[in-house]
Amino acid sequence: MKDYDKLIFEISKSGRKAYKLPPLDVEEQNLETIIPGEFLNDEELNLPEVSEVDVIRHYTNLSNKNYGLDTGFYPLGSCTMKYNPKINEEVCRYSGFTNVHPLQSEDCAQGSLKLMYELQESLCEISGMDKMTLQPAAGAHGEVTGVLLIKAYHEKRGDTKRDKIIVPDSAHGTNPATTAMAGYSIIEVKSNKDGLVDLDALRAAVGDDTAGLMLTNPNTLGLFDKGIKEITCIVHEAGGLCYYDGANMNAIMGYARPGDMGFDCIHYNLHKTFSTPHGGGGPGAGPVGCKEFLAEFLPVPVIEKSEDRYFLDYDYPNSMGKVKDFYGHFGILVRAYAYILSMGSDGLKKASAMAVLNANYIKEKLKDYYYLPVNTLVKHEVVFDGLIEKNGITTLDVAKRLLDHGYHPPTIYFPLIVNEAMMIEPTETESKETIDGFIDAMIAIAKEAESDPEILKTAPHDTIVRRPDETQAARNPVLKYEG
Amino acid sequence: MFPYIPHTSSDEQEMLQTIGLETTDQLFDDIPDDMRLKKALDLPTAKSELEVRNYLKSLADKNCSLDELTCFLGAGAYDHYIPSVVDAVISRSEFYTSYTPYQPEISQGTVQYIFEFQTLICSLTGMDVANASLYDGGTAVMEAALMACSTSRKDEIIVSKGVSPEAIKVLKTYAHAQHLNVVEVETKDGVTDAEELEKLVSDNTAAVIVQNPNFFGVLEDLESLGQIAHKGKKTSFIASVSPMALGILKKPSELGVDIVVGEGQPLGISLSYGGPYLGFMATKEKYMRKLPGRIVGETVDVDGKRSYVLTLSAREQHIRREKATSNICSNQGLNVLAATVYMVTLGKEGFREVATQCAQKAHYAFNELTKSGKYQPLFDKPFFMEFALKSDKNADEINKALRNEKIVGGYNLSKDYPQYENAILYAVTEKRTKAEIEKLASALEGIK
Amino acid sequence: MKVVKGLYYSNDHEWVKVDGDFAFVGIADYAQNHLGDIVYVELPDVDDELEKEDSFAAVESVKAAADVYLPVAGTVVEVNEALEDDPALLNADPYANWIIKIRISDKAELDDLMSSEEYEKFLAEEE
Repeated sequence: MKDYDKLIFEISKSGRKAYKLPPLDVEEQNLETIIPGEFLNDEELNLPEVSEVDVIRHYTNLSNKNYGLDTGFYPLGSCTMKYNPKINEEVCRYSGFTNVHPLQSEDCAQGSLKLMYELQESLCEISGMDKMTLQPAAGAHGEVTGVLLIKAYHEKRGDTKRDKIIVPDSAHGTNPATTAMAGYSIIEVKSNKDGLVDLDALRAAVGDDTAGLMLTNPNTLGLFDKGIKEITCIVHEAGGLCYYDGANMNAIMGYARPGDMGFDCIHYNLHKTFSTPHGGGGPGAGPVGCKEFLAEFLPVPVIEKSEDRYFLDYDYPNSMGKVKDFYGHFGILVRAYAYILSMGSDGLKKASAMAVLNANYIKEKLKDYYYLPVNTLVKHEVVFDGLIEKNGITTLDVAKRLLDHGYHPPTIYFPLIVNEAMMIEPTETESKETIDGFIDAMIAIAKEAESDPEILKTAPHDTIVRRPDETQAARNPVLKYEG
Repeated sequence: MFPYIPHTSSDEQEMLQTIGLETTDQLFDDIPDDMRLKKALDLPTAKSELEVRNYLKSLADKNCSLDELTCFLGAGAYDHYIPSVVDAVISRSEFYTSYTPYQPEISQGTVQYIFEFQTLICSLTGMDVANASLYDGGTAVMEAALMACSTSRKDEIIVSKGVSPEAIKVLKTYAHAQHLNVVEVETKDGVTDAEELEKLVSDNTAAVIVQNPNFFGVLEDLESLGQIAHKGKKTSFIASVSPMALGILKKPSELGVDIVVGEGQPLGISLSYGGPYLGFMATKEKYMRKLPGRIVGETVDVDGKRSYVLTLSAREQHIRREKATSNICSNQGLNVLAATVYMVTLGKEGFREVATQCAQKAHYAFNELTKSGKYQPLFDKPFFMEFALKSDKNADEINKALRNEKIVGGYNLSKDYPQYENAILYAVTEKRTKAEIEKLASALEGIK
Repeated sequence: MKVVKGLYYSNDHEWVKVDGDFAFVGIADYAQNHLGDIVYVELPDVDDELEKEDSFAAVESVKAAADVYLPVAGTVVEVNEALEDDPALLNADPYANWIIKIRISDKAELDDLMSSEEYEKFLAEEE
């Protein structure tokens, strides 16, 4: 069914139904007698009419147009596309988890609260933080929550002239957007030739207007910043606080902790490090942890325990408030906790070790074909700057050709400080055989770049669509089906 | 060995050799010694699948599942029936194990269902464009307000107290950070006080936000409120709406709404103790390039074949950085798929029928519960599927008594509105039967 | 990069063409080339009063976006609405397709800008 190209609206046929309700068992009243006519819509709804078989076939066909982790290797740098264990999907569907209303009384939700409490504790231990909120819905949401913790801290001390957040130039694009969301402006500090934070540039950037620093370590080049203690010291001495972007936690679990590096707060991406599915773009979860002195500012409620009872604690008078409805993406939290239990302290450490092993192995095998801006030990990911022998071939061409080889391409053109960046993060769940297969494909492409560059420039050749025209999409936006 | 880590010890040795190392610990030599964790993480060691399963089942069993109770609780999350096709589709791993559709060639499944979702949201709301979703209803209200402030370059947001208290709290958190001014307008007899609103709206007002049906379940006169909002120069009128109510209520587009947002949980998404859900957002074409979040558009590929891509990304954080419309860089992907499947499964007739049954059963319950006079309507106003009743009994005590009858009672309104002491907000979905409603009525009558 | 004589240029690659008390403002060839295929131009409103260095428009391509800054203060008297329908005009000829016409507030501010010769030198140094 490779050629299936219908929208659900195009298979609609008047009179079809995919749904049957029980007959109305209360006395039916004319709708206008219960809701005044001026509120009612007297037109028909413009929704499709399909049978249940139509629904299933349609979406099954669409699913066949997708490449998922279960299809094959997915080395998207910075995204930690590790395998999504099936037990996670099973346990989160237990009726005791899915069929509980968020406003049911606490004694009806002791299991959920206990799970959340234990997850908070586990995440604190892994990061070296003292307190954790599970409320943020995603990494970016966690970032803004973390920066708001910093803001609340300065505000409480009356230190309101601090209005700048320092971000290295290798940072995720989200970091600057987050600072703006939190009402701050950014100062970007350049990286040094080794791809690490330039300490002199940082010293020059801090001052009495420094609210904080946002940093990921290992950074987006996959490098552990050896100067980390000095970095956090410089910021602290200037009166700022240090925020750890936990996007790259998969590199260091059990080996090092942001809390021991001098960071004051962090966010996690449960959909990266803790194996919850990416779901085609969400939902994820972005818990935020902090040191004790920031705990009073956490969003409410925080899950607490008193003897054997778990409860939602709203008694945080200095809280920043709420950052989303209810308590967080509970269904995602269940999956992440299942993963932590399955892996244990030993498994998490092993996961980081094998993730780093895989990344370094790829680096060694490909560095004669692809340009390595910094040749040193990497952590969970490696960034190349395009082909060594470019021959007019861009990173985009390489990525598109990888599709023909059956691989999801790496993250491309990020980080911005590497022009032809291809950012490869294999994760620990990929075997040597899988990685060798990918390496062979990358080498074959490098050879093609010399022998037959045209085949790369016109790639992909075997996919259901080929290089959709993004310029046209943005110039003349068609954002819905018009019939 | 761990089931999710395939490396054999010989694999490890071979790979280390390639790198020129002897032990895996050497892979971490770049971490300064005083930064190294010198102990094992203080967590239990790895558990088998069976142990994990049993433990989590024991936690799930500590909760009171609505499978065994009858739910009349709403207040922002609703116990609607979810057809089995929804989980069948979202359980396909090609959907749930894929990432953001950055490579359109191998993610046409994802981008196409988002395109269908945008079309369905536009169809229900009557608006021109919709995005690929936001985190939830509360953050969608906040994002709409921020969008109104940035397009008008003004900093005052007027929000009705009929908007969900959770959403108002989220809005205030962000508004405080960005030095925006949130002004709350009171409700009168259960609806936004139009006279007070009229006094508050000025040329400094960036946005007026209302909810329909509002938090009390009462229908707001959107058209009149919109006319008041638009007395301000470039003031956006924002409505947070129940998607289910759109099955029978007039479209927001016909009532002068500029930005429509809402909580998508009623569209086939399980309650799951509060999340994950999804927020939707739709607006007029003129604000298209100011929308936060992802948007999918139709285009053609090099062979002229219809295809879909993420588009208008110049609005987003990875390009605009600190000038982006928002820092959001995800959508609620899998929940968007659930909502899409739900909307098409119900379809033209079914969607209207579910909305109608909710209204019919809620009004039947309203009559049954108020019959004896022991419980009185808090407001005498038209409602959709939620209504508030007051009595001389303490709301928490009432709910405790109902709990003994295996009934989850309504929401205690005094938690957020101290002036409505002993008032409870009941929600009645299409799932409730006549017998369950009568059981609730008799249980309430029996409370001493 | 094409540089047209007789225009004023800014460091941010905007050009200004003076016409009595008025001026047309657009982006230079370097800017359009740098952005790639332009997909959208966000225009200001007529009568907007703008300071020097205010961002008055945004130019977007698929992979990039740039704010356009006003080299001299002024009041917007006309916007080039043709760009709304066909933003690619800026790629085709960025000098023929101005973005806004302003009434200049203070002509002395023109002295801070570069001549075409100076701008050519500036471009050479940028390379």
